[in-house]
Amino acid sequence: MENNKSGMTLFVKTSSRLVAVLGLIFGMHIILHGHLAPGGGFAGGVIIALSFVLLILAFGKDAALSKLSLKLASNLENVGALLFLIIGLLGFSGGAFFLNVLVKGSPFRLFSAGTIPLNNVVIGLKVGVGLFVIFLTLVILEKSKKEQ
Amino acid sequence: MLKANIIPLFVIIPLLSAFLISLLGKYLKRQFIYVFSNISCFLLLYFSFYGLNMLRSCGSNIFVYKIGGWAPPFGICLVFDGLAGFMLVIVNLIAFIVNIYSLNYIEKYTDKPKFFTLVFLMLTGMNGLIVTGDLFNLYIFLEVASLSSYALVAFGTDSEDLEASFKYAIMGSLASIFVFLGIAILYGFTSTLNMADMAMIIAEKTGSRIIPFVSVLFIVGFGTKAALMPVHAWLPDAHPAAPASISAMLSGVLIKTLGIYALARILFNVIGISSAISSILVFLGALSLSVAVLLAFAQTDLKRLLAYSSISQVGYIILGIGLATPLGILGALFHLFNHSAIKSLLFLNAGAIDYAAGTRDLREMSGLKEKMPVTANTSLAASLSVAGIPPFAGFFSKLIIIFACIEKGYIGYAFIAVIGSILTLATFMKMQKLAFFGKLNEKYNYLKEVPLAMKLSMVVLAVICVCGGLLLLPRWNFFLSDAANVLLEGSHYAVKVFEAVK
Repeated sequence: MENNKSGMTLFVKTSSRLVAVLGLIFGMHIILHGHLAPGGGFAGGVIIALSFVLLILAFGKDAALSKLSLKLASNLENVGALLFLIIGLLGFSGGAFFLNVLVKGSPFRLFSAGTIPLNNVVIGLKVGVGLFVIFLTLVILEKSKKEQ
Repeated sequence: MLKANIIPLFVIIPLLSAFLISLLGKYLKRQFIYVFSNISCFLLLYFSFYGLNMLRSCGSNIFVYKIGGWAPPFGICLVFDGLAGFMLVIVNLIAFIVNIYSLNYIEKYTDKPKFFTLVFLMLTGMNGLIVTGDLFNLYIFLEVASLSSYALVAFGTDSEDLEASFKYAIMGSLASIFVFLGIAILYGFTSTLNMADMAMIIAEKTGSRIIPFVSVLFIVGFGTKAALMPVHAWLPDAHPAAPASISAMLSGVLIKTLGIYALARILFNVIGISSAISSILVFLGALSLSVAVLLAFAQTDLKRLLAYSSISQVGYIILGIGLATPLGILGALFHLFNHSAIKSLLFLNAGAIDYAAGTRDLREMSGLKEKMPVTANTSLAASLSVAGIPPFAGFFSKLIIIFACIEKGYIGYAFIAVIGSILTLATFMKMQKLAFFGKLNEKYNYLKEVPLAMKLSMVVLAVICVCGGLLLLPRWNFFLSDAANVLLEGSHYAVKVFEAVK
């Protein structure tokens, strides 16, 4: 990230470095509190993806790709979708597809509501990585168009 | 209740296959992907027949599955009845055959795991749409199937493919907005999204002007997906641009599932069909079948000709469904079955010619029968069937639709249907003459017949085209009549769903 040649000016880099971390944490907060407060896997995933997009905008494509390569990102996306399906399939152990088989706990606690927080986490993974891949693809396409 | 446990499998199997192929496809041998995709298609086909058989044997003629154990109207339920079973058999049968065909056909495309991922996602959307008992869930599956089909149309990534895909995506999204608006208004009107619950509430609240309005929204939305005549413009571009095996899926089952099945299910079973709506459908059907066949006749691109012919044949199905009489619906569903086999086969033939000779232009090919006998003969069977020549299946379904028109007193529409059938015959005789008969073009002396897997799938479909008429025999009749009865009983569907979950 200390590469000064690519990306925007020092001001943008410094401030976006702070904001990106905050965005990441805020996204995780939204995902983990999906069953208690407004928001959830999708909204939190979008926020996480945006914090990565911010890094791309400030530091250039390569800096973000060194943290998360395109191949790993697309694999993670598939894993997210598969895990969601597997959580649904877990319900068969209790008798029905998507049955909430885990211990529900007491309401309004962070660790409660059985499989719903798990679903939120995998949706967050899928959506966050998915949006990141879409953005990266657009960036790479734009770059290859310029080179031609 | 245990018997209903197979219903979610229609969504689980293709979804799991799609993401497993996408995740592991890069690391595995190609043959393994083929075997895997064929196994899951076969499982889907097996479960469709198994479900249909179970429906017959246990006598309750409807299964309802509660997702997550939540009973309707609060939870999402999956419904397997005669019509759903009928559609599932068609979709999974065509998908299985097309999958076998794809083994050789997609050699020329680069990213094979992505191809199968998209095919399985499309299959997830179609199967899910068929079994769902929840209106918003239906919309989600509609979008899953549509979005993957947009990507599949652009799979060749030529400029022509991309343009067609873009046009399709724009028109498809507009159609989805109409459907979504209709669902939103219905939700506001009935405060429920469960189709059975909604049907009950609508049956009580009579005389509202919302219902005709929503019906028109659905006709526009699903009509675009089914390529009815005024809103058909995407289909003649999209279907030729896609790889042939995908064209076969799109034309054979996608427009029927997303368009006709969804429209018929909602109009008949949920909001109830009025005589005004029914006459709109009949008019649109007659318009499609007569105008599109004229357009088809003028085409020189083989796949474009087939695409216009698809619009025309969908017109027949909509005409039959719009009649809303037992005979009309029976004919429409029978034609739906026949047309999915016929048009899949014709597109696979076009793909075989493209594979061997590398052309889609009818003016360039001539006398291919000499070099590609299997393709030529199966194509002849499909052409005769779609044109309605007596022993073939297409004849019986068109005859039933024409009889249904006469029975309802629509002599003019019956006449149009007959004229349309004659023009279809002319179109396909032109196609046969230009492509397969006559003298072999010098430059095609090197041609060889396509590989075994492609031949096999074409022959299987040709057998269905020829023997489809047997479905009218009393022994096999239940396949069609069970499906037609579901539509005919109208909002009694709701009562049966609620009885089944008790």
